[in-house]
Amino acid sequence: MESYNPGSWQRPHFVVASLAAIAIVAAILFMTLGAKGHWDFVLPFRGTKLAGLVIVATAIAIATVLFQTITQNRILTPAVMGFDSLYVATQTAMIFFLGSHLLSGVDPRLRFMLEATLMVGLSLLLFRWLFLGGRRSLHLVVLAGLVFGIFFRSLAHLMQRILDPNEFVALQDMLFASFNTIDHQLLAVSAAMVVLIAGISIGLLPKLDVLGLGRDVAINLGIDYQRLVMRVFVMIAVLVSISTALVGPVTFFGLLVANLAYQAVDTDRHRYTLPAAVLVAIIALVGGQTILERLFGFDTALSIIIEFVGGLAFIILLYRNVSR
Amino acid sequence: MKETVRPVWPLALAFALVLTLAAISLFIGVADLSVAALFGGDGDARATQLLLVSRIPRTLALLLSGVSIGVVALIMQMLFRNRFVEPGTTGTVEAASLGLLVTALLAPDMAIFSRMIVAALFALAASFLFLRLVSRIPSSGGLIVPLLGLMFGGVINAVTTFFAYRYDLLQSLALWMNGDFSSVLRGRYELLWIAGALAVLCYIAADRFTVAGLGEDFTRNLGLDYNHIVTLGLIVVALVTATSVVTAGAVPFLGLIVANIVRLLAGDNLRKALPWVALSGAGFLLACDIAARTIRFPYEIPVGTVAGVLGSGVFLYLLLSQRARLG
Repeated sequence: MESYNPGSWQRPHFVVASLAAIAIVAAILFMTLGAKGHWDFVLPFRGTKLAGLVIVATAIAIATVLFQTITQNRILTPAVMGFDSLYVATQTAMIFFLGSHLLSGVDPRLRFMLEATLMVGLSLLLFRWLFLGGRRSLHLVVLAGLVFGIFFRSLAHLMQRILDPNEFVALQDMLFASFNTIDHQLLAVSAAMVVLIAGISIGLLPKLDVLGLGRDVAINLGIDYQRLVMRVFVMIAVLVSISTALVGPVTFFGLLVANLAYQAVDTDRHRYTLPAAVLVAIIALVGGQTILERLFGFDTALSIIIEFVGGLAFIILLYRNVSR
Repeated sequence: MKETVRPVWPLALAFALVLTLAAISLFIGVADLSVAALFGGDGDARATQLLLVSRIPRTLALLLSGVSIGVVALIMQMLFRNRFVEPGTTGTVEAASLGLLVTALLAPDMAIFSRMIVAALFALAASFLFLRLVSRIPSSGGLIVPLLGLMFGGVINAVTTFFAYRYDLLQSLALWMNGDFSSVLRGRYELLWIAGALAVLCYIAADRFTVAGLGEDFTRNLGLDYNHIVTLGLIVVALVTATSVVTAGAVPFLGLIVANIVRLLAGDNLRKALPWVALSGAGFLLACDIAARTIRFPYEIPVGTVAGVLGSGVFLYLLLSQRARLG
């Protein structure tokens, strides 16, 4: 039972339904607005782009909400903790140590699976070290995470500079997040992974609510805490790999959409927060891209605007957190 | 407090080490001209020319930047009363490059000195804004200051990147944000002498900064104008940051690490700590540059990249090793 009783338009399920409607409108506008060529060309061209945006939005939103649940706060996200940069460093290290000529023979989907597996392992190590090794202050964890991000980025950059110039060119695109150059070969495998993980999260919904109450409560309520957290964390690592592989690192997007979603549904229950976050992310990406492309004629500036708004939001969240 | 007589030899030893590094830096072969040419009979004039036009300016630039970046970071840590503060973690560097971007867009023919002044004004504005931001936090100590600073820098950087992207200046932006001394030649580094002079000024005013580092009330009780000292300090910080960004680009974490290690060893008295910071800043930057030039010889890696890896690594170590005190 919900304990509050405002008008039905404020009920969480109504909010989620409205968000879904807005997301669908955004998608339709994205597909149709300003289309001048033949539909045979426009529909598949914009369709793959739309699919990419939706996959990325879903991956980032689910990863962020899950991460905030297991770390029990609303400032941390996988990207703020440097996991995106860890993936870029992993990718660079693969080219660095194996060489692009060796990797170019490998199917990009297989390579992605390889990288994602490596990423899961590394991020589990990092996660265990940062969160499970005793309690640390939130500020220390966030600051350490940010610096980890800088460290991995510098490391990737260093390896790229030592690389052969040809291989460097092949890698260069990864450093700059772009929603325009989504890798089409990875779309299908990414979509399958995201659907799979979304399915698992639906199965976990009640357990996630309990996880959000904290470690001690969760254990008292009979949850195998350590195992569940590790499982959720593997899911997060895969989602981060997917979104970073498709569009590169975006630091604040997840933070922004997750917090907007919490505000909108005004409840902690994951059956509302998870879909709301996904829908807000889709609206922000698809809607933002439509506005920028069609109205202003900008192309890849969306990630920069997200960084700007997200950075401001982060500062405000920090202020609130401190003054409380 | 009784002034203890400190032995001079550790400082002299450090000085000798920096001189050695400077000498190595002079004789590292770049591109196709070998060191042997300097001593050879026929290539003599050409080698001397190389030394005067390229090698000596570069080594001097490294020395001056290292000294001034280290000194400025230490001053900033005193003024903000926080160990994790330096121009790179407070948005100062980002603001300076925004200033450079503005000059590149609005007045592309502007002389380099004027560009530096514009960059310094942006850096100064950002420093004051950040100081106000920090003063509104209840407990201004600890980790929230660098956290806010990195965010603040990120927001400024997003604005810069947006316009750089719109006007095809991303490449220039990358140059300002990542230190690289490979293009330093005679005639292109002389602004750094200003930074060096400012470092000397800091040494003269060291006692004032030490007092300011003890807090506003304490400073007023001694009859000094706290705001004047802070303003002077931030102007120096902004000018040095702007000169280094204009000349060779930012070197991340250099000041933060040098200042922290020296404070651990020499304490918070600036007059004692400043010579050490100056020497270790120069030494660290020279060492990073030598590494950057030799890792992938004959190609060069930007020194900012090398310092970024080393710097963020050491920063992490400093952060996580002190959890017992702050956690």
